[in-house]
Parts: sequence; structure tokens; C-alpha cells
Amino acid sequence: MADTLADTANEAAAPLPEYPMPRQSGCPFDPPAAMRALPAERPISRARIWDGSTPWLVTGHAEQRILFADPRVSVDEHQPGFPHQSHAMAETLDHRPLTIFNADAPEHTRFRRMLTGPFTLKRVEALRPAIQKITDDRIDAMLAGPKPADLVTALALPVPTVMITELLGVPYKDHEFFQRHGVTAVDRDATPEQSRESSTALVTYLAEAIVAKMADPAEDVLSDLAARVKAGEVTVPDAALMAVVLLIAGHETSANMIALGTLALLQQPEQLALLRDTDDPKVVAAAVEELLRYLTIAHTGQRRIALEDIEVGGEVIRAGDGIILDLPSANRDAEAFPEPQQLDLTRSARHHHAFGFGIHQCVGQLLARVELQIVYGTLYRRIPTLQLATEIEQIEFKHDRLAYGVYELPVTW
Amino acid sequence: MQVEVDESKCIAAGQCVLSAPEVFDQRDEDGIVVLLAERPGAELHDVVREAAGLCPAAAIRLAELVEG
Repeated sequence: MADTLADTANEAAAPLPEYPMPRQSGCPFDPPAAMRALPAERPISRARIWDGSTPWLVTGHAEQRILFADPRVSVDEHQPGFPHQSHAMAETLDHRPLTIFNADAPEHTRFRRMLTGPFTLKRVEALRPAIQKITDDRIDAMLAGPKPADLVTALALPVPTVMITELLGVPYKDHEFFQRHGVTAVDRDATPEQSRESSTALVTYLAEAIVAKMADPAEDVLSDLAARVKAGEVTVPDAALMAVVLLIAGHETSANMIALGTLALLQQPEQLALLRDTDDPKVVAAAVEELLRYLTIAHTGQRRIALEDIEVGGEVIRAGDGIILDLPSANRDAEAFPEPQQLDLTRSARHHHAFGFGIHQCVGQLLARVELQIVYGTLYRRIPTLQLATEIEQIEFKHDRLAYGVYELPVTW
Repeated sequence: MQVEVDESKCIAAGQCVLSAPEVFDQRDEDGIVVLLAERPGAELHDVVREAAGLCPAAAIRLAELVEG
């Protein structure tokens, strides 16, 4: 009771911040200033979200690690009090089946193991020549085409899209269909109807593709899933849903990293020069980790709920409390990354949380790393005069999307 | 240094193989961790500690041995 009164008094004194907070104009790569201050001031605090509830907001890097790794922290969005991303996400809850995203162990472990095979280091390293060829072909086409060009449609989107469609075993010619429905399925401003319609379109398409692969398998992920359906390990709808997850997560994220990363580097020529002037894969790999940290495109907060009371960072998170883990602010925590506002491609940044942490850490992270290493390691060397063909003020940023990025990036050379 | 891995916890994120390929590998079919060296040489201790720290699922346990 005393706690409740004290909390109420505090809330009256200072209204809780709204989450997510808007970024400031003028520094499009930085999280909002109030968010950047939190890891040092209050690594665990409270914030108000769209439905008026006040989940915990975790911004400290160390505190995030503890909570991400704690089995008492759940992703079960059916728990009352779960801090849903949006009205649409809350509304469509009962229509959303169990997937790798909203399942805890042991169901999560079963889903995850069905997906990990194609994303091992060996399998991903073996894709290097193919990714290099797609990248070179796209750069050739861009150089042969008109100036200025839009880097998003010329390079950033096609490279990961070609890769994920080849990996899955679906025709690249259908990419406009995937992209259109993929964007709507994850758009937090989409109506529940729009979001359901797009999800259904994708699941239906992939279910048909999996059934086709059951009769006529090839060397691809959909054929692997088809074999698991035949073996009775998974149903066609569940397998199709896993494929949708890979398809959406597999192109939208890397595409945003490529275009946004290029814009950040064009603003900081001395950093771009480090990539342009090296052919050392270790230098490129370290640069990729720092760009992942600095940009942290998953910017809408990882959502969780406490199943039991958990003591962390001097606070007690009660069973049933919602938890939001904000990745960009933890990646700007000065305790973990000295001078965190600096983009420094030579620093050691591999402990960043750009892919999350804990058992839900990104399945495709090794593929994303290789794609980014190849694109960043090739583009500026092949086009050393690459430059922005507009003012940065004219660039439109994806404030409204699950993954941050730019809609278009006009470049010339 | 004694290294132990817990296959049931492993989520095949591949961080350990990236950090210390001399000590960790991944099973072909599902990417689950394979321990190549239970007692890696002293020159590998730093990268093994990094691998354990980066493992998102805390599937790697290290015990420091008193060398004698």
C-alpha cells in the first residue's frame, strides 16, 4: 500500500514519459536525447505506452543482458498486462498462432531448431560468392543506369531479397508481392484488418509453396520444412508461418541497414574512408558490428512480461509487470561503449544488442553480418566518389516502422 | 581452463564459432554447438571468454583450473 501511494505521488509530481519517444530532427541516427540519458540515470524506469499502461522500460546494457537471459521473463503475449506494440497487435492477439517470436521454451526451442540449419556459420560462409555476385551485378547495373539513383531500390533491397528468396526457394519475381504484404504485416499503423489480410496472403502463398515442395523437393529451406511436414513434425500452416517470419525478417532488416548505414557513412567521410581503403576482412567485420550498434534499427522496444518477481538494478519487477527492452539506448550506454555517440568503426562493439540477446536473439544474424560485410566492403571501394544527391533534410526516415531506415536514398557519383 | 557446453540451452546463434572457431563448431543439421577442445590452450583463453560472454543463451560454462 505504501509503495502504491509513493508511486502515485511520484507520478503526480512528474508525468511518466511516453514510449516510444520521437527522435529529434537534426540527428536522425541518434535515439531521442531523453532515451540516451536513461542508461546512466535510470537504467530501469517506467514509461507510458499507447494503451495507457506503464510497463518497465529497460535501457541499461547490463540490465538488459540480465533480463533477456532470465527464464522468468516471458514473450507470451497472451499474459494479461503484456505491453503490446500497438493497438493492431493487441487486437489480433487471438488470431495470432504460436511462433518463434511469442513462444517461450520448450516450444520456442522446438521452433528455433527447425530454422537454424541454414543459418550456421558454415552454410552462411558458403553463400559468400553468391552474395558477392549479386552485389557486383547490382552495382554494375546502377553504374550503367541514370544518375542520381535510389540506393534502396538499386542495391539495399534487392541484395537481401534475392538472398532470402534463394535460401527459401521461392521465385524472386514474386518479390513485390512479398514486400507489399511484408511491410503491411509489420506496420504498426496498419489497421487490424489490413494486418490480418497481409499475413493471410503471405501464409497462403508459402503454404502452397511448401505443399508443392513436398511433391518436388529442392535444396532449400522450404523443402526442409516440407520434409518436416511429411515426417509429421510440423503442420503445413505452422511451417508456412515460419517461412513468413524468415521472408519478412530476411529482407527488410538488412535492406534498412545497408541504406541507413550508407547515409551515416556519407555524413562521416573519415569513417567511410576506413571501409574504402581496406581489404582486410577483420576491419570490415568490426566496422559492421559498430554500424549495427550505432544504428540499431530495431527501435520499437522488445516486449516481455515477468512471470515471477525479479530483482534487478535496484528495482523489483513484479510478476505480471510488462517489460520493454529498448535496444538503441542500451547500445548507447557509456558503461558498455565509451563515447557511445561516436560512430567509430575501429572500436570493439560485438557485445551490442542490435540483434537482441537471450534465446530470442536474431536467427539470421550470421547471414545479415555476411551480407553487410560484402555490401559495405564492396560499394565504397567500387564507387569511391559515391555521394548524396540531395540534402539530408530532404530524406524521409522510417519513424513509423518496426525497423528504422530510409524510404529512399538518392545517390550520385 | 575447462569448457563445458549445454546443448539443451544452445540456440545456434553462432557467436561462439565466430569468436573461437578453434574451440567451438556447429552441428550441420541444426547448428547446435559442438565442443572441439575441453581444455583449450592459454593462447585461446581470451577468445573463449569472449565466446562465453557473447553466448545469448548462456550455454557455455567456464571453470578456471589451477595450473600445476
